[in-house]
Amino acid sequence: MADFDTPVLKEYPVIPHIQEGVMAHSKPFVAKEQFQEPLGFPGELVDNWEQVAIDKMGELTGKYRSLAVFLDSCVKCGACTDKCHYYLGTSDPKNMPVARQDLYRKVYRRYYTFAGKHFPKLVGATDLTKEVLDDWYSYFHQCSQCRRCSVYCPYGIDTAEISMAAREVMDSIGLGQKYCNEIIAKVYKIGNNLGLPQPALADTLEGLEEDIEDDTGVAVRLPLDEKGADVLVVTPSADFFAEPHVDGLMGYAKVFHEAGISWTLSSHASEAANFGMFIGSYENMRKVSLRIREAALDLGVKRIIFGECGHAWRVAYSFLNTLAGPFDFLDPKYPVPMHIMEFTYDLIQRNALTLDKSANDDMRLTYHDSCNVARASRMGPMPGGQFVLPREVIKASCNHFFDMPQETIHEATYCCGGGGGLLTDDLMELRVKGALPRMEALKHVVEEHGVTHMAAICAICKSQFAKVMPYYGFSMDSIVSVHQLVSNAIVLGNKQ
Amino acid sequence: MSFLTITYALLFYAATALLVVGLARKITQYAKTPAPLKIPTTPAPVTRTGVVMRMFRELVFFESLFKSNKWIWIFGWMFHYGMFLVLARHLRYFTDPVWTWVDLIQPFGMYAAFAMAAGLLGLWVRRLVVDRVRYITALSDHLMLALLFAIAGTGLMMDYVTHTDIVAVKAFFLGLMYFDWQPIPTDPVLLTHLGLVATLMIIFPISKLLHAPGVFFSPTRNQVDNPRAEPGLRPHTSRHIAPWAAELDK
Repeated sequence: MADFDTPVLKEYPVIPHIQEGVMAHSKPFVAKEQFQEPLGFPGELVDNWEQVAIDKMGELTGKYRSLAVFLDSCVKCGACTDKCHYYLGTSDPKNMPVARQDLYRKVYRRYYTFAGKHFPKLVGATDLTKEVLDDWYSYFHQCSQCRRCSVYCPYGIDTAEISMAAREVMDSIGLGQKYCNEIIAKVYKIGNNLGLPQPALADTLEGLEEDIEDDTGVAVRLPLDEKGADVLVVTPSADFFAEPHVDGLMGYAKVFHEAGISWTLSSHASEAANFGMFIGSYENMRKVSLRIREAALDLGVKRIIFGECGHAWRVAYSFLNTLAGPFDFLDPKYPVPMHIMEFTYDLIQRNALTLDKSANDDMRLTYHDSCNVARASRMGPMPGGQFVLPREVIKASCNHFFDMPQETIHEATYCCGGGGGLLTDDLMELRVKGALPRMEALKHVVEEHGVTHMAAICAICKSQFAKVMPYYGFSMDSIVSVHQLVSNAIVLGNKQ
Repeated sequence: MSFLTITYALLFYAATALLVVGLARKITQYAKTPAPLKIPTTPAPVTRTGVVMRMFRELVFFESLFKSNKWIWIFGWMFHYGMFLVLARHLRYFTDPVWTWVDLIQPFGMYAAFAMAAGLLGLWVRRLVVDRVRYITALSDHLMLALLFAIAGTGLMMDYVTHTDIVAVKAFFLGLMYFDWQPIPTDPVLLTHLGLVATLMIIFPISKLLHAPGVFFSPTRNQVDNPRAEPGLRPHTSRHIAPWAAELDK
């Protein structure tokens, strides 16, 4: 299937011994000029890149307390060394969170600390050389920013913050990653990651309406750009056509239909994803976010609800109010933004939906907690609601649900292997190997409970699993959307 | 006044000054640097009180480390709380009359020194034996362990091998504090112990020992999870925003 070996799934998770440099060759394509400049970055590597990079590092340490504290505080205790799915899947020691951070820290120490300036050898500080930059480009694109390491660090050091800073520094010297930057440029130009223009989007939604009507006999709408709707739904553009994402989108439509609440999608903000976060660029993340504010104002909605997407929910839940708030023009009775899971869960609690669980009897399900939802957001008013709500919605929609082992779910969940701007074919080896811990956990419930399908609420997770599961002997359609289960189970026209 | 006394007196003044000024600068830097985005590692408390509880568990029980690795946790906890008790016990050299609680903990301080040394040894063995930890270890990490172990070792030696004149030691330190210098005892174990302690004080603000103030400023642990506009948690008119980020809105 490819020029690398898919790891073998073991009965019990094994922490591998280190194998230096085995992933040094893994690098994503570099962004060309036309994808750099719309984001405000130089088109190619600038001449005095060393100095520009070092200055940028200083600037970032002054702007982000996280960076300032994390760079100083690591004691190299080793607690994080066996926590990264990329280390577990590749054995490359530079994929241990602390070693990844050290790629940045050793340069920071050299130029910005007393010990590093005067005793570089002693503390392991190094100059910013071409070799170091190559390592940065390689290994900071082997971090999916999933924050699993930050759960286990005694000081809460989050490698995601460091990898975001490193990518920001690399962008500032003209060394950007093609996949992320091309996508952000597309959002600026057209409104979504896929470059789907308004007419195509309208057409797609119409097609989905027909599908639902053919299937159920009920006319369920998927409105676009409808002024005066109550709810603006912002969802990852993968929901418009990718499998199993699109089944989730039809699920949202049916839920709104049953709730009798008017809603609309927006062609201006036809993308929940915000790759500005992956590249650590506050400015770009803000610019992408502002489109949602503009759409909400333009359409005159009262609420904003996000569809199933992991990092998008982090940006929405944790950052949207900061980047594009305040939302004093929306209905203060509801949180801004809300997750579709909160909306559906609430309807189920109020007994406002009729769900026929037997409609999903062909599946025995487990649930993959997406990293950004699990460790960087919340759902509902209680801490940890992000674990409860999706499971409750799944359980309300099916008869057979089984959780994967405790150390692989909730806050300990493993990344799918494709998050953080790495969901690109030029990183296929990394993606397959990074999925190892999740695949092992899945295998466990497959053998133990006869699980046939895994549900997820993240567009990246869904695409990633559909692609990598076949490498491990699972079928590509064994990954499903949570709202796909709702969509299957919901009995339309029942509640008035 | 002997040359030795003058040297050690000046050394401790310098070490104290460097420690205090160095830490004050670092703490000021951490406090002044904005945290532009809400990044608590969730699930996180939604109230200030909840955050205080989370920090308390982190500082007292090393909660995250406990979740992570039981060996590092047990060795790290033994070392830190051993050292904490030992330091508290040493207050008797700086207070006259000695505070009651310092008197009461004296016997425990003795065992604590062994716990501290054992914890350090455990951490050191891991650094040498576990290939992942060996890979991330720099020379300075070994030297730091050596320094701390030597401080604990020389301290224990004065308890069990070669006693020193602790009355004179106390007089020396009280003399430093009240600018009424008294002679320092000349036995080599004590002088080594004190020299190493002064070294530790000096390198504290320029080394990884900055994790001590750093842990209080870690945004993933000390932030309240209330970023979105949400009834009861944040009014729809309010935003978490850093000054430099607010500039972008203009």
